[in-house]
Amino acid sequence: MNAAKHWRWRTARYRFEGQRHRENQTIRFPPEPNKPGEESDIWEPYMLSGRGTIYSFSVVRQPPTRYEERSPYLVALIRLDEGPLISAQLTDCDNEQVNIGMPVEMVTRQLCDVGREGLRIYAYKFRPLLIEKGTE
Amino acid sequence: MRQVSIIGVGQTPVAEHWNQTVQDLAAQAFTQATQVIAPDRIGALFVANAFGGALQLQSHIAPSIASTLGLSGIEAYTIEAGGASGGVALRQAYLAIASGAYDCVAVVGAEKLTDVSDEQLIAGMALTSDAEWEAIHGITLTAQWAMLMRRYMHEYGYTAADFAPFPVNAHANGVANAHALYRFPIKLEKVAGGAPVADPLGLLDCATMADGAAVLILANEGLVRELPNQSIHIAGSSVATDTLALHQRTDPLNLMAVTSSSKKALQQANLTQNDVDLLELTDPHGIAATLALESMGFAERGTGIQLAREGAITPQGSVPLATGGGYKARGDVGGASGVYQVVELVQQLRGEAGSAQVPQARIGLAQCLGGIGATVATHILIAE
Repeated sequence: MNAAKHWRWRTARYRFEGQRHRENQTIRFPPEPNKPGEESDIWEPYMLSGRGTIYSFSVVRQPPTRYEERSPYLVALIRLDEGPLISAQLTDCDNEQVNIGMPVEMVTRQLCDVGREGLRIYAYKFRPLLIEKGTE
Repeated sequence: MRQVSIIGVGQTPVAEHWNQTVQDLAAQAFTQATQVIAPDRIGALFVANAFGGALQLQSHIAPSIASTLGLSGIEAYTIEAGGASGGVALRQAYLAIASGAYDCVAVVGAEKLTDVSDEQLIAGMALTSDAEWEAIHGITLTAQWAMLMRRYMHEYGYTAADFAPFPVNAHANGVANAHALYRFPIKLEKVAGGAPVADPLGLLDCATMADGAAVLILANEGLVRELPNQSIHIAGSSVATDTLALHQRTDPLNLMAVTSSSKKALQQANLTQNDVDLLELTDPHGIAATLALESMGFAERGTGIQLAREGAITPQGSVPLATGGGYKARGDVGGASGVYQVVELVQQLRGEAGSAQVPQARIGLAQCLGGIGATVATHILIAE
């Protein structure tokens, strides 16, 4: 992982910032460049709540390089409350605990082992929702 | 557009070829394929190779393959479209003949995947999904298919064991294929008990990656008339794309590029899916075949799995799949898989498939996927 490549996505990976369409209020994550013909400021930065539910999940038992130490680990497709579907790891829970539809919330964690470049990659993972909505 | 036919095919066994380079493998398959025609008639070379850069630390491989094959100097380039590289290379070769630019061209699918550790191979394959938003989370291609499988089971009420007829059929057919990686049958009841790889996917519903090369020689009508052997006509050819990341899709269980590329290829051939006698799909797992069958209209949504349960996917059934063993038993040869698929169809359409022969096979559909269907190439072949 190249430092500049990771740095470019700092707002999305650390602050969980996506974009909102100023007119139709559509929310998307991750941020994208404008399409031809779109007004330059039609998509504004939008901070996601970090909450969602599990669309599906799996347990990676044959990991790629740099993820060996963490294997087996849970991965999921998560439907965010604001609409977008995203891919991430699950944390702070056991395999048996997870099911489709389970409410989860975003936390910031280290993703993989330090590579040759010495860069420590942090980003979002999701854990079971600790505090129910509206009770904070 | 001129008519395009396949006049020659060749393939190496799919295996762990630890003593052979990618050039060795390509040369072996090319020698077989060019028995029908003098190699100096070949005007251009399209090389399908998806993982050379990531795993062999050698990108830009086509010039070296060209010189190895004695074709030094000709137009040659590498096609990289992940697991769809073979089908996309065939598409480019098809266009080269159809346009009139060339009378005869070759497609070489060649891949060396077993020189590296499993972890490196899995990381390399994961780069055919979205590196920034999927692979960085440690998500592998197998885990993505597993998540689709779990969602499918959740929506339609199936269990992992319901997918077992797919690998069982693949292995039964692989026995008849001298070039298959695995040539032994597996028992239906053993599949669900396989060691978990990416839950709910177990070992016996996961393809193994291996090395190999496969070659196709394509020619126009004029050249075909000079040859005594039966040629196989390419009646439809199409490539379509979807979002690279699975999560960017409105409905992840709908492989939209499968739908659009198969529809276009069938339309071009003036056929419907009911006319197809057999299929070669990207089927590393039962769920992949299930979703492709549904997305192409061979079954309603949520019922593709029934085709396997009823035996329709066997060589005697109505939609025979994986007659050469598919990805599961023939082996997954990365960017070369799409070329192996077409070699299998050509042998079937010529009636040379032995005990896995589909009776009276005349029309075949080959489809390969890059990533989780982010690139899809579909070809329709007809026995003349």
